[in-house]
Amino acid sequence: MRWLEGKTGWALLALVALLFPLFAQNNYLISVATQTFIMAIAALGLNLITGYTGQFNLAHGAFMAVGAYTVGILTVDHQVPFWIAFLLAGCVTALLGYFVGLLSLRLKGHYFSIFTLCVSYIMFLLIEKWESLTHGPVGIMGIPAPTGIGPLQFGTPLSQYYLVLAFLVLGIWIMARIVRSLLGRSFMAVRNSDELAEALGIDLMRTKTLSFVLSVVYAGFAGALYAGQVRFLGPDLASEVVTFDLVMFVLVGGVGTLLGPLVGTVLVTYLTQSLQFLQDYRMVVFGPLLIALIIFMPDGLVGTWLKRRARRADAQASAAKDAAGATATPIAPAKEGRSHA
Amino acid sequence: MLEITDLTKQFFGLTAVDRITTRFERGQVSAIIGPNGAGKTTFFNLVAGTHPPTSGRIVFNGKDVTGLRPDHVARLGIARTFQTTHLFENATVLDNLIVGHRLRTQSGLWDVLVNSRRLQGEERLCREKAREALDFVGLSHVANRIAADITQEERKRVAFALALATDPELLLLDEPAGGVNPEETVGLAALIRKLVDHGKTVCLIEHKMDMIMRLADKIVVLNNGAKIAEGTPAEVRRDPHVIEAYLGTEHGAEHAAV
Repeated sequence: MRWLEGKTGWALLALVALLFPLFAQNNYLISVATQTFIMAIAALGLNLITGYTGQFNLAHGAFMAVGAYTVGILTVDHQVPFWIAFLLAGCVTALLGYFVGLLSLRLKGHYFSIFTLCVSYIMFLLIEKWESLTHGPVGIMGIPAPTGIGPLQFGTPLSQYYLVLAFLVLGIWIMARIVRSLLGRSFMAVRNSDELAEALGIDLMRTKTLSFVLSVVYAGFAGALYAGQVRFLGPDLASEVVTFDLVMFVLVGGVGTLLGPLVGTVLVTYLTQSLQFLQDYRMVVFGPLLIALIIFMPDGLVGTWLKRRARRADAQASAAKDAAGATATPIAPAKEGRSHA
Repeated sequence: MLEITDLTKQFFGLTAVDRITTRFERGQVSAIIGPNGAGKTTFFNLVAGTHPPTSGRIVFNGKDVTGLRPDHVARLGIARTFQTTHLFENATVLDNLIVGHRLRTQSGLWDVLVNSRRLQGEERLCREKAREALDFVGLSHVANRIAADITQEERKRVAFALALATDPELLLLDEPAGGVNPEETVGLAALIRKLVDHGKTVCLIEHKMDMIMRLADKIVVLNNGAKIAEGTPAEVRRDPHVIEAYLGTEHGAEHAAV
């Protein structure tokens, strides 16, 4: 398994993603995969604020809708070129995220989650009721596909797949940079204990706001890609269901791990797709599976694997210098689950 | 080094810290003792900036730090430990310590995105600081162990190391030997001495009298939020107010027995 880790593993993953359309041979599967990647981008962002910074944001889906609607409104009603609208979608969500963050991050723990859930609902209502801006419940139709860049055209499902894949790779790459840096360590310090982080000289509000803004920018761009791929938007995109789906993806994959959101999104989407024939009854299968996972693997798939690997590495290291022999008996960890995640 | 004048904290009319005036000298170990609920931790919270005081002044190295936020206070060189240390249980001990020196670094989002030279240098520096701190507290052998797997005593030492990594001048230690056995307590006391020998100033809260009497250069005794005595261990031991606070009530009797 060792050879699967690090750069080789990532390269392999990228290769599988690159070759997938060759095996899929079917536009439906390809567009499902494209949407999965879009959700994975949003889940990556959610994981930054929730997994790495410990602030359980329940407005993430609404920010995705804001990104999508920015593209929808600008391209359809104002004939703005797609890529300019795309960039603006990132700016609009960042700006909105900054103000929502400033307000909501004053609250801690569950209060923060409840507040953001309310923010999410307000955003949903705004999108549904503000008909002159958002077309209300009718939604926005006829959003143009992303315009071509030079020789690259994005009209077909296949080309869209590669476009979204490129953004996913970029998103993971930037996220890796962030979480492995000192900045990421500040985020994690806040998650472990904001009291301790502050005593270590970390500016709580600034750190949390930065994480929040970065995370919603991921949601904003995911939404913008969604608009360009699905070409139709309804207010349902801002409903809490989207957020809860994203939370589920992150939980299944592994909260606070780099690969977790991607693994969770792909796996859960695959499962829901393959249980499609059960219609709504699929939740009967799905619910217990999810509960079992939370009980037995609170760190998610990737988290559990990483922890086991770290333990093994340490065991090997201490076995190597066993000469000391005085290794203290490890005490049982009090509770391994994380309070905020 | 730290001068405290008439420091008072009221929570909704309840006076938790009552007009305390004292000073901690550079290069000494000062201890704060007192029965449970005497206001010791609140006192630390005021000095470290967790709560703003209702009135009074805190002057650190000649600079007024009254009412500053905890992160500012930390940057000025006051580090603190808590009664319980929250570590990231899934990461290694060394990984947990690297963030300790973050407050002395400048890198922001842009440095991260372009992986600037400054960021690389600062990350190396933080890692070195973490290693140094871990060596200092005598835990280099657990550097790669998962934080969830270390003992209570090792955890206390990691808390020291985390505080040390911030490059402080003054360390506020809240019950540094709480919940560890007598032999380990002796080891921790030696470590606190070592801190002072290396030029740090220490102020600690502790219930373990043996340890305090041997370790402290100066003791401040609090009761009901007010300072009732202050002096060397020998002076404090003889002080009638202290004897009354500790032995005069049922509550105090428990502590005297410890």
